[in-house]
Amino acid sequence: MYSFDMVRPTSVADAVSALGQDEAQALGGGQTLIPTLKQRLAMPSVLVSLSGIEEMKGVCREDNGDLTIGGGTTHATVAAEAAAHYPGLAKLAGGIGDPAVRNRGTIGGSLANNDPSACYPAAALGSGATIVTNTREIAADDYFQGMFTTALEEGEIITSVRFPVPEAAGYAKFEQPASRFALTAVYVAKYADGVRVAVTGASENGVFRWTEAEQALSSNFSPDAVAGLSVPADGMISDLHGTGAYRAHLVGVMTKRAVAAAS
Amino acid sequence: MPKDHGIGASQKRREDVRFLTGAGNYTDDINLHGQAYVYFLRSDMAHGKINKVDTEEASKMPGVVRIFTGADFEGIGGLPCGWQVTDKNGDPMKEPAHPVLAQGKVRHVGDPIAAVVAESLEEARTAAEAIELDIEELPAVVDMKAALADGAAKVHDDLSDNLCYDWQFGTDTETTDKAFAEAAHVTTLELVNNRLVANPMEPRVAVGDYSRANDESTLYTTSQNPHVIRLLMGAFVLGIPEHKLRVVAPDVGGGFGTKIFHYAEEAFCTFAARQVNRPVKWTSSRSEAFMSDAHGRDHVTKIELALDADNNFTAVRTDTYANMGAYLSTFSSSVPTWLHGTLMAGNYKTPAVQVNVKAVFTTTVPVDAYRGAGRPEATFQLERVIDKAARELGVDPIALRRQNFITQFPYETPVAVAYDTGDYEATMAKMEELMDIPGFPERRKASEAKGKLRGLGVNCFIEACGIAPSNLVGQLGARAGLYDAATVRVNATGSISVMVGAHSHGQGHETAFPQVVAEMLGIDESMIDIVHGDTSKIPFGMGTYGSRSIAVCGSAMVRATEKIINKAKKIAAHLLEAAETDIELKDGQFSVAGTDKSVAWGDVTLAAYVPHNYPLEDIEPGLEETAFYDPSNFTYPAGAYACEVELDPETGEVTIEKFVSADDFGNVINPMIVEGQVHGGIAQGIGQALLENCAYDENGQLLSASYMDYAMPRADDLPHMANYTVDHSCQTPCTHNPLGVKGCGEAGAIGSPPTVVNAVIDALQSGGHKVEHIDMPVSPSRVWAAMNG
Ligand SMILES: Cc1cc2nc3c(=O)[nH]c(=O)nc-3n(C[C@H](O)[C@H](O)[C@H](O)COP(=O)(O)OP(=O)(O)OC[C@H]3O[C@@H](n4cnc5c(N)ncnc54)[C@H](O)[C@@H]3O)c2cc1C
Repeated sequence: MYSFDMVRPTSVADAVSALGQDEAQALGGGQTLIPTLKQRLAMPSVLVSLSGIEEMKGVCREDNGDLTIGGGTTHATVAAEAAAHYPGLAKLAGGIGDPAVRNRGTIGGSLANNDPSACYPAAALGSGATIVTNTREIAADDYFQGMFTTALEEGEIITSVRFPVPEAAGYAKFEQPASRFALTAVYVAKYADGVRVAVTGASENGVFRWTEAEQALSSNFSPDAVAGLSVPADGMISDLHGTGAYRAHLVGVMTKRAVAAAS
Repeated sequence: MPKDHGIGASQKRREDVRFLTGAGNYTDDINLHGQAYVYFLRSDMAHGKINKVDTEEASKMPGVVRIFTGADFEGIGGLPCGWQVTDKNGDPMKEPAHPVLAQGKVRHVGDPIAAVVAESLEEARTAAEAIELDIEELPAVVDMKAALADGAAKVHDDLSDNLCYDWQFGTDTETTDKAFAEAAHVTTLELVNNRLVANPMEPRVAVGDYSRANDESTLYTTSQNPHVIRLLMGAFVLGIPEHKLRVVAPDVGGGFGTKIFHYAEEAFCTFAARQVNRPVKWTSSRSEAFMSDAHGRDHVTKIELALDADNNFTAVRTDTYANMGAYLSTFSSSVPTWLHGTLMAGNYKTPAVQVNVKAVFTTTVPVDAYRGAGRPEATFQLERVIDKAARELGVDPIALRRQNFITQFPYETPVAVAYDTGDYEATMAKMEELMDIPGFPERRKASEAKGKLRGLGVNCFIEACGIAPSNLVGQLGARAGLYDAATVRVNATGSISVMVGAHSHGQGHETAFPQVVAEMLGIDESMIDIVHGDTSKIPFGMGTYGSRSIAVCGSAMVRATEKIINKAKKIAAHLLEAAETDIELKDGQFSVAGTDKSVAWGDVTLAAYVPHNYPLEDIEPGLEETAFYDPSNFTYPAGAYACEVELDPETGEVTIEKFVSADDFGNVINPMIVEGQVHGGIAQGIGQALLENCAYDENGQLLSASYMDYAMPRADDLPHMANYTVDHSCQTPCTHNPLGVKGCGEAGAIGSPPTVVNAVIDALQSGGHKVEHIDMPVSPSRVWAAMNG
C-alpha cells in the first residue's frame, strides 16, 4: 500500500466536499478497494470513508411500494432486512462472497465498481432500479456502461438505490470455482408490465439484458418458455474457468433456474 | 474398548491448544531487535536477458539499507539439487546453475532480480519500484513437447537443450515390446497430471540473524527439515560451517512438501544479515507464494496396458514428460523418477513394467515434491488406464483389479522395490462393504430421477513411504542420508524431553510421539514432551516428508527408548539388589520377577542424576540416549478407495456424494490423528481432481496467480461427513520397523484423484456420453465441453 490520508465524514455533503480534493477516492466496505491498494494498483491521496454516514444506510419501503437501500448498506443488512419486502434481492445479497465480505461490502461499492462478474448489477438492471447519487437519479438501463464502467462522474457518490418491487424475482448464480463470483448468473424479475432478465458474469461488456428471454417470459413466466432460446457465444468472456460457448450455454440454463426459483 | 492412553489411543492433539488460541510461535511472529525487511523485485517476464539492473536512484530512497543484485552473489554457491538422476545413456542429468538472485537471465515469472533491504517493508517496496531494469524479452518456453523440439528457445544457454534427463527404468525394452506384441488387448490413455500450488495456510517466511560477537548465523525459517537447510545452505551456498549456523523452524503452518526445499530467500536473508550486520526478515505475500513456492505434479503421460486373453495384466509401459520448471529445486529430479517409476507396478502382479521419463526445463516456477510426490502421478495413470481397460473389455473394474492383485509377500516388483507385506483383498473388501456397492444402482436411479447422472469410481493404490534406506537411495543418486534421529532425555524427576529430527507442521507429533514412549515405559504421556525444529537442540535428523516421521524418526525414538530402558534396568537392579536379567518394567514400576520387590520409575531416574547409591563403576550417571535409525526398506501403505459423484448434465457440475477410503497403514499410533491426515489428504486429492489448476499462458504468464483464479477445496466441496468414511482397520504391520507402522500422511492425496475421475467418467458413460477421459481439474466447463464435444 502507498500511504494515504483518511477522512470519515458523517454527512453526504461533507463526503462530497472531501472527494473534491485531488486524487481523493471513496471507500465503501473496502472489499474491492483495499486489495487493490495492497497490490499498489491504486494511489489515492485521501480515502473518504462512507461508513460513518448514517443517511446512506438502511433498507426502507417507500409509500409507493419501492424499496430504497442506502448506498452504504452492507450485503448482510440487505440479506436480513430486505427479505420481507423483496426476497429475491435479499437472497442475492446473502449469496455474495462470505460472511466477512457481506458484513463489510456495500451495495454502493458494488454498483460503483461494476465488476463484470458481480451480483448486484444483475439485480439493479433486472429490477429496473434507479441509482440515486448526490447529484441526480440514473436509471439502471443508462447506468451500466461496460465492465468496470458506469455513468458515475468523478467524485459522485451513490447515496441510495431504489428498487421497484416485482411480483416475483429469482437469481440463479453459477459460481466460478475459485472466486465464487458469478461465472454466469441471471436475475429474473416479473412486473405487472413485463419481465426483465439481466445477465452477469458472461459478457465482455458486463451486465446486460436478454431481451429475447424477456419477451418469451413476459407471455409465459415459466422455465419452459426459454427452453429453445440461446444467446450467441460471440462477445462472451472466455477464460481459465470457461469458454464463451460454455457461458452462453449457462445463460440459458441459469435463466431457466432463476425463473424456477422466483418468489 | 478403544485404548485411552499409549499406542492406539485417540488422544486430542495437545498442540492444538496453542494453535487454536493464537499462541503459536510462527516464523512471522519472530521479530528481532534492529531487524530490517527485504522486498524481492521479481521478474514479471517469463524469460528475458538482463541487460541492466540499475539500483543507483533506488539506493537513495528513504529507508533503504542496501540493495542486492545477482552481482552480489557471484562467487557464492547456487541453490543445489539433492538428487543426481542418471540418464538412460548413463550420463548425469543436466544441472544448471541456480543463483540466489538472477544472473544474466530471468527464467520465470517470479524469478528474483534484486532484493531491497530497508527499514520497513513499504520503504523496501517503494525503492524496488525505482530500480531501473533493462530486460530484453526472450521467447517463453511453456509447453514441454515444444521445449524439446529443434530450435526451441533454451532456458539455460550453457546447456545443449531443455532436456534435463531421459530416464528409463524397469523391464527392458525387448521384453516389454514382446509382451505388448503378444497381448490379447492393449489399452492406451494419454493424460495430464495437473500442476498444483501447495498453498499451505502459512506462507513462507525467513529471518536471518548474525552475531558478530561469535560469528554465528541463525536462520528462522518455515521449513519441514531444519537440518537439511543447514547442510545445504551452509555447505553448498554460503560456506558457513555447521557449528556457526543454526536453523530454527518453529511452528510451521503446513508444508505439504513445498517447505522441504532450500529456497533463495532463506539463503538471501542469512547472507544479507551478515552483510548489513542486522537481522533481515522476509515474509512472503500470497501472491509471491504463487510464483516462488515450488509447484507440484505437472506430468504429461501416455500409458499403455497389455492384457492376455484372460484379462491378466501382462505389461505396463509409460512415457512421461515431467516439468522441472526453470531450475532444479532441491528434490525435483527424484520425483518423476524414483518416487514415481518405482510405484508403477501398483498393487498388481504385472510381470513387465517399463517407465520412461523425460524431464524438461521450461520458463515456469520450479516443480518439486507435493503431498504424495510422484506416487499420485503413478497411481493416477495406472488406475485410469485400468478403468478404461475394464470398460473396453466389458468387465467389472473391481473384478479386473482383484484378479490381478499381488497376493504373495514379500513381492519383488519389476520396478526395483520389494513390498514387504500387504493385503489388497482385505482393503478392497472393506471398501466394498463400507461403500455398499450393491446399493449403487438404487442410488443411481434416485439421482437420475432428479435429472442427474451418478457415477461410481474405484481405485487402488500403493505408495513407498518411510523414506528411506540411505544406502539404497544413495545408489539411486540421493545426495543425502535419509535416516532419522532421536534423543530421549530423561530428567531427574522422571519427566522426559524427546528431541526428534522429524518436524511437526500440523501432523500432531507432539501428541503421537509421546504416546509411544509412554507405552514403552508405562508412564503418563503428560510427562513427555517433544522438542523439534531447532538444529541447536535436536540431533541431526532429516525432517518430515514422504510419510516418514513415525516410521523412521519414530523408530529412532523407540531405539533410544530401548537404550533408556536397558540402562534404567541396570540402575533398578542395583537399587533392588537383584540381577539385571530379573528386572521387569511394567506400568512405570521396575520389579524383580517373581517377587513383590519394586522401585518406581522416578526413583530410578533420580538415582541416575543423584548417584549416591549407584553402580558408578559399571555405568555412567545420567539417563539420556540417542539413536539414529536407518530403515532397511520403504514401507508400503496401500488401500482401496471409492466415491460416488453426481453430475449435473446441464452445467457439467460434479458433486461428491459418497466417499470411502480403506487404508492399510499397518499399526496405528493415534487413530484420530491418522483419520485427520486422511481427511486432509482426500481434501487435497479432491482439490486436484475437481478444482486446482495452476495454469500458464503461452507467454509464460501465470494465469492462476491468486485465489481469485486458483480454486482451493473448501468444506462444501467435500462430501458430507455422513457420507464420508475413512477406515484403517485393515492392518498388516510393516515387517521391518519396530512399531510395525507404515505412515499415513500422503495416502489420501494419492488415492483420491483417480477415484474421483473414474467416477465422473462412469457417470458420463451411464448417460450415454462416450467420454473416456477428462483432464484434471474436472471442472464444470471441461465436463460440459466433453459432453458436447
Ligand atoms: C472474497 C470476496 C468475495 C466476493 N464475492 C462476491 C460475489 O460473489 N459477488 C459480488 O457481487 N461481489 C463479490 N465480492 C465483491 C464485494 O461484493 C464488494 O463488497 C464490492 O464489490 C465492493 O463493495 P465495497 O463496499 O467493499 O466497495 P469498496 O471496495 O470500498 O469500493 C469499491 C469501489 O467503489 C467506490 N465506491 C464505494 N462506495 C461507493 C459509493 N457509495 N458511491 C460511489 N462510489 C463508491 C470506491 O471508490 C471504489 O472505487 C467479493 C469480494 C471478496 C473480497
